[in-house]
Amino acid sequence: MRIRIRHEITQHFEPGSRNIAVTVRLTPRAHEGQFILRWTLDLNSDCRLSAQEDAFGNVCHTFSVDGPTDRLCVIAEGEVETLDTTGVIRGTVERFPPSLFLRQTDLTEATPAVIAFAEGVELPPDDPLGRLHALMVALHGKVEEEDGPALGGPLSADAALKAEKACSGGIAHLFTSAARHLGLPARHISGYLAPEGEEEGDGKARHWAEAYAPKIGWIAFDAGRNLCGTEHYVRLAVALDAMGVAPLRSTGLDIEEQVSALDGRAPQKLAQAQSQGQN
Amino acid sequence: MPHAFDEMSSTDGSVRPAYETLQRWLSSVPQDVLDHRRKEAEFIFRRIGITFAVYGEQNAQERLIPFDIVPRILTKDEWGRLSRGLEQRVKALNLYIRDIYTKREILKAGVVPENLVYQNPAFRPEMNGQRVPHDIYVHIAGIDIVRTDPDTFYVLEDNARTPSGVSYMLENREIMLRLFPELFSMHKVAPVDKYGDDLLATLRSLSPRGGHEPNVAILTPGIYNSAYYEHSFLADKLGVDLVEGRDLFVKDAVVYMRTTEGPKRVDVIYRRLDDDFLDPLVFRRDSVLGVPGLMSAYQAGNVTLTNAVGTGVADDKAVYSYMPDIIRFYLGEEPLLPNVPTWRCREPDHLKYVLDHLPELVVKEVHGSGGYGMLVGPASDKAQIEKFRAKLVADPANFIAQPTLALSTCPTMVEKGVAPRHVDLRPFILSGSDKVRIVPGGLTRVAMKEGSLVVNSSQGGGTKDTWVLDA
Repeated sequence: MRIRIRHEITQHFEPGSRNIAVTVRLTPRAHEGQFILRWTLDLNSDCRLSAQEDAFGNVCHTFSVDGPTDRLCVIAEGEVETLDTTGVIRGTVERFPPSLFLRQTDLTEATPAVIAFAEGVELPPDDPLGRLHALMVALHGKVEEEDGPALGGPLSADAALKAEKACSGGIAHLFTSAARHLGLPARHISGYLAPEGEEEGDGKARHWAEAYAPKIGWIAFDAGRNLCGTEHYVRLAVALDAMGVAPLRSTGLDIEEQVSALDGRAPQKLAQAQSQGQN
Repeated sequence: MPHAFDEMSSTDGSVRPAYETLQRWLSSVPQDVLDHRRKEAEFIFRRIGITFAVYGEQNAQERLIPFDIVPRILTKDEWGRLSRGLEQRVKALNLYIRDIYTKREILKAGVVPENLVYQNPAFRPEMNGQRVPHDIYVHIAGIDIVRTDPDTFYVLEDNARTPSGVSYMLENREIMLRLFPELFSMHKVAPVDKYGDDLLATLRSLSPRGGHEPNVAILTPGIYNSAYYEHSFLADKLGVDLVEGRDLFVKDAVVYMRTTEGPKRVDVIYRRLDDDFLDPLVFRRDSVLGVPGLMSAYQAGNVTLTNAVGTGVADDKAVYSYMPDIIRFYLGEEPLLPNVPTWRCREPDHLKYVLDHLPELVVKEVHGSGGYGMLVGPASDKAQIEKFRAKLVADPANFIAQPTLALSTCPTMVEKGVAPRHVDLRPFILSGSDKVRIVPGGLTRVAMKEGSLVVNSSQGGGTKDTWVLDA
């Protein structure tokens, strides 16, 4: 499937800000189920972009805006060809062995509530893949996904579980937290989800999880939708939690985001989305 | 508890040679003269304002660390053995950290378990594959040493993050020189005041750019930090700028200092700020103490941070127990300074032993410091032990246990005159690109309470001047 993506981020600053350092993580990398046809980054400010790789192999650009300014606008735009790999993710850049991804963070902290939930899931013995599926099904039954932005909240694993309703980022945290607690390496993924079939909408930014099963490798689990990754998903960045995959980090005020991820073969929808983008 | 070794008096009542002159002097000077000098010392400390804040204390006001006027004396030979062992230890620490963040040979060889590294909160994935200037990570180390008999010095703890205390070492000597010039004329004491020059030479040697005078700065979290006095003291001694995060900025992966003459490039930052706060774009995003973009300059190799980011992976108490193996693995040598035998509560058979022997052991948190959150078995009552047992059972991996060592004692001025008190020693080891420098001695900490083994200043410990005799 060909997916066309446009991701616009506006970061606001105190008026007159100078020498602002910014890191953006807005460049997807290819893997066996994802081929980048074209990709561009555009800024509303003149600065020298230098590409670096972060700890997990994501492509980052760190730059400084001289200012004075009160806003920075970054637009990532491109086209990605995806294949359905039934959720199995191969050919990624791996900088660590899977066991690193047993590491919890503040957002995935396995609190007593999370531990009770994880240990309460009926898990098939000696079948890592089966265990991960059982965990996904149990989580899907327990926590409902809320409409809205990918990081709308509740965000931490514990908060998502207690609210029984969360954004896709919160659900991903709960999944990774519980999996790690059970000894199954899991990580946080940011990306885009294009609408399927007759679904309405412009597609959106989305967070999900990947978990590791020996002999198979990394598999994408989207517990909010109770499925493994499909060709409608574009993988942008990987880390231990949502903080690590943040598309833009700086020391400013509010951030606004606008995302569209559309089937590149449906020209009508695209034209519509583009005219919206210009408003 | 076994009888403690006293560094001045042998069990038969005779005085050990290094202390003979001091002992003669102590017995010849009237008590009220000593009392007077002690008060004078306290007065000087107050005047120069060398204080520290105790965390977690209500009305946490600045306190004075008690200073004991009786010096601790080590012979040249004792120091020679110690410093060789320290140099070996720091060399191994550096090789270990480099390996952990690059090839991970030691994990592949199964010498250190993977989860001790990857699940360690002090491990920084951001440092993975990152080479640092001159391949040195721990430029300033503080290795805590305890002694149990004339020949045995143990390493109690490695401090590879931002060890503090060196200002006390320097101030203690200055005050002793002022108050007891006659004692120095009777002994040939190795000087410590070249620490400032040594530190500056070390920092300069670490610059990522050759061919010009490197610009060095000390980065402090600010006046509310408990060690702020030391930060400003060192900046003054070294003649370098003391900066806070907001005084620095990063442009195109280069760090600059804001000055009245415009931006000035910074090459080496001696940071006294924890990893978590260094760069809000990479670590804690709520940090206002750090410098946005600092890590990008670091990753581009345009600035040296001392110590490097992520060195904490080598100095927690669980890794400590592997240090002898780490030394053998990288250096192919036997450790010159032994470790205190350590039970890792993360291992079930070790845990069982520890739970069965709690009243005899010292149990510490793996990431604890400052003497907080530990159990000293022999000094605790039943209720305290049972309370600690519950904590231990709930999270065994968070604890290690050690036998209660009979730390050596040194003569110390107390209310009733001079009496033995337990001591430890923190020497400071500087690793530059040119060589390793160690000022003879270090900071001796003393437990002022009779029988107490806790020397931490936050727990009422004091300090002493440490003399290494030159001849």
